[in-house]
Amino acid sequence: MAVIGVSLERDRHPANVIFNKINLRYPVDVFPVNPRGGDLFGQKVYSGIEAIPHSIDLAIIAVRAEYTLDTLRACIDAGAGGATIISGGFAEVGRLDLQQHLAQLARKHRFPFIGPNCLGIYVPGCIDTFFIPSERMIRPEVGKVALVSQSGGVLVDQMTKFAELGIGLSLGVSIGNKALVRELDLLRYLAQDPKTGVIAFYIEGFASGEGREFVTAARECAKPVIVLKAGKTREGMRAVSSHTASMAGDYAVFSAVMAQYGIVEAANELELVSFCEVLSCYQESIDGRVGIISSSGGHGALAVDICGRRGLSIPVIDLQQQAEIRADLTPSVRSIASLNNPIDLTGSATDSDFLEAAEHLSRIPELDCIIMLLLPYSPEITSDIGARLSRLCKRYNKPLVAYVPHVDRYRMLIEGFEFNGVPVSPSIKGAVLMVEALRRCQPC
Amino acid sequence: MLNNQIKTVFEASRARGWVAEPDAKHLLAAAGLTVPRFTTVTEPGGIESAAASIGFPLAAKVVSAQVLHKSDHGGVKTGISTKEELTATFEKFNRIDGFEAMLVEEMVSGLELIIGAKIDDQFGPVVLLGIGGTGVEIYQDVSLRMAPVSPDDVASMIKGLKAGRLLSGYRGGVVVDLDELTRTMICFSEFVMTSAEMIVSIDLNPVMCSREKCVVADARIMLPTV
Repeated sequence: MAVIGVSLERDRHPANVIFNKINLRYPVDVFPVNPRGGDLFGQKVYSGIEAIPHSIDLAIIAVRAEYTLDTLRACIDAGAGGATIISGGFAEVGRLDLQQHLAQLARKHRFPFIGPNCLGIYVPGCIDTFFIPSERMIRPEVGKVALVSQSGGVLVDQMTKFAELGIGLSLGVSIGNKALVRELDLLRYLAQDPKTGVIAFYIEGFASGEGREFVTAARECAKPVIVLKAGKTREGMRAVSSHTASMAGDYAVFSAVMAQYGIVEAANELELVSFCEVLSCYQESIDGRVGIISSSGGHGALAVDICGRRGLSIPVIDLQQQAEIRADLTPSVRSIASLNNPIDLTGSATDSDFLEAAEHLSRIPELDCIIMLLLPYSPEITSDIGARLSRLCKRYNKPLVAYVPHVDRYRMLIEGFEFNGVPVSPSIKGAVLMVEALRRCQPC
Repeated sequence: MLNNQIKTVFEASRARGWVAEPDAKHLLAAAGLTVPRFTTVTEPGGIESAAASIGFPLAAKVVSAQVLHKSDHGGVKTGISTKEELTATFEKFNRIDGFEAMLVEEMVSGLELIIGAKIDDQFGPVVLLGIGGTGVEIYQDVSLRMAPVSPDDVASMIKGLKAGRLLSGYRGGVVVDLDELTRTMICFSEFVMTSAEMIVSIDLNPVMCSREKCVVADARIMLPTV
């Protein structure tokens, strides 16, 4: 990898930050480039990419905007595999022409580049072109979700949330001004990428006609596609002479078409992370007939309210089925549990009661998923419950999502779920949103 | 065939900025949509035969290159039941700026829906189905889909309307023939795909839907400004 535009004076220069982190932390050979030559932390600085005596897979271009075109040409001539242009000073400041020249040159030579005005790519343990010092980065673990963002800031923020919530990342890409490589290209690439199971986008807008191509490609993609759209407010209404033009505003159309093509639109960041987590565990869509198990009547009631607002139903469990569940509960819980949906096993519930209730609900065909509201405060609940419940539900092939308060002391319980493929939310609402995503990941 | 017919009419309507209602209805009928029986009258001598061919009661609307919103200009009269009334209406319309003709058509009834289309910058042709009539923008109860649409798309559009239950007959109200509504939407979607390059938006409002049929009572096809 070549980092073009390192500073010989400023340690905090973006190119230097990138060079340092790759040099110190990643299994990548990296070469600094500056026309003035010299050395950086004892490493030889090359005067140009052509002077590096190795072939280059990826060039990071961090020179000033007016030098990017020549630099890009040098990368192409040197036979580099591709580039990430992190430099700013293009369309975002009114210089669309500059980035159009870059794209024209790259297209002519079939040379891929990301940016300009971007952070580039992050693959856990493999590569990181973000100009954020390592000690400031919150790094998610390796996983199945690919996150593509027009905004670098939004990407970093979401990655932080992924790390907090234990959601694994296959690839994070900030595409910035997307002069060449755009959402559609990444969608097509990620649809084929064996390491990616879920593809999520933060999108500000599509170019003319690009939205149609995007949704068509998403429908052909076997993996769930999630979209968070910024810029939802209606543009200042011009005098429109037709009702249709007035009611079918840009965002109204965007949202309707996403749903039509089975793309799950997240309304906000909470929905985005919830949807990413659940769809990295389950890909099959459901109708949304929910069975709820809790050790607190209040939690069950709150979950039911949110389900109602989100178009999910809470089917009744018939008396015969209730009697069968009751017979399998521990004696102290048997007499006090409430077994109509939502099921309240009470604060006396043990691991065994949760397992029995979950097993029975897994067998009821009227339910197509289970929400487990697990409050680890009860004395009879052990840290093993997460792993045990997950393994049980995998046997029945019925999606299970859990709510567990996210505090450090319950970490083992939470990871027991997560490492066994069951998504856990830190809020009741988040757990319900996960179920909603499973209902919505199908064309409507 | 339809394509040529559309092109010819759109070319002729370019200066106007939209397609005159009689022309629009001919095109929609050729595309398979149902329109009311109608005729046009340009001079008093034609009133009697127009009334005879359509039959009372009937509706009359002004055709003028200067009048896009007909009712705002007093250019719509419904429930006309005598020749005298029709003659008086003609005289009134004749005084409206840019008068070209009076459109005379049969009265139709049913649940008022709006069917529309728009060429969206990001997604191209998009179709709309909603609760129509004059209150359409107050209720804003509409479903949108990228065209072309399939019968399944239409079913989910109907399901997506807040007032969707009205269509299947709410408390003894009009029941809409959903198969006919679906067929109408599919024909319209095809029409939109054929004419996408030449239009800006279309409002069919109201479309009168009943147990028997869905009739396009008014049609406005907006063209790009020259």
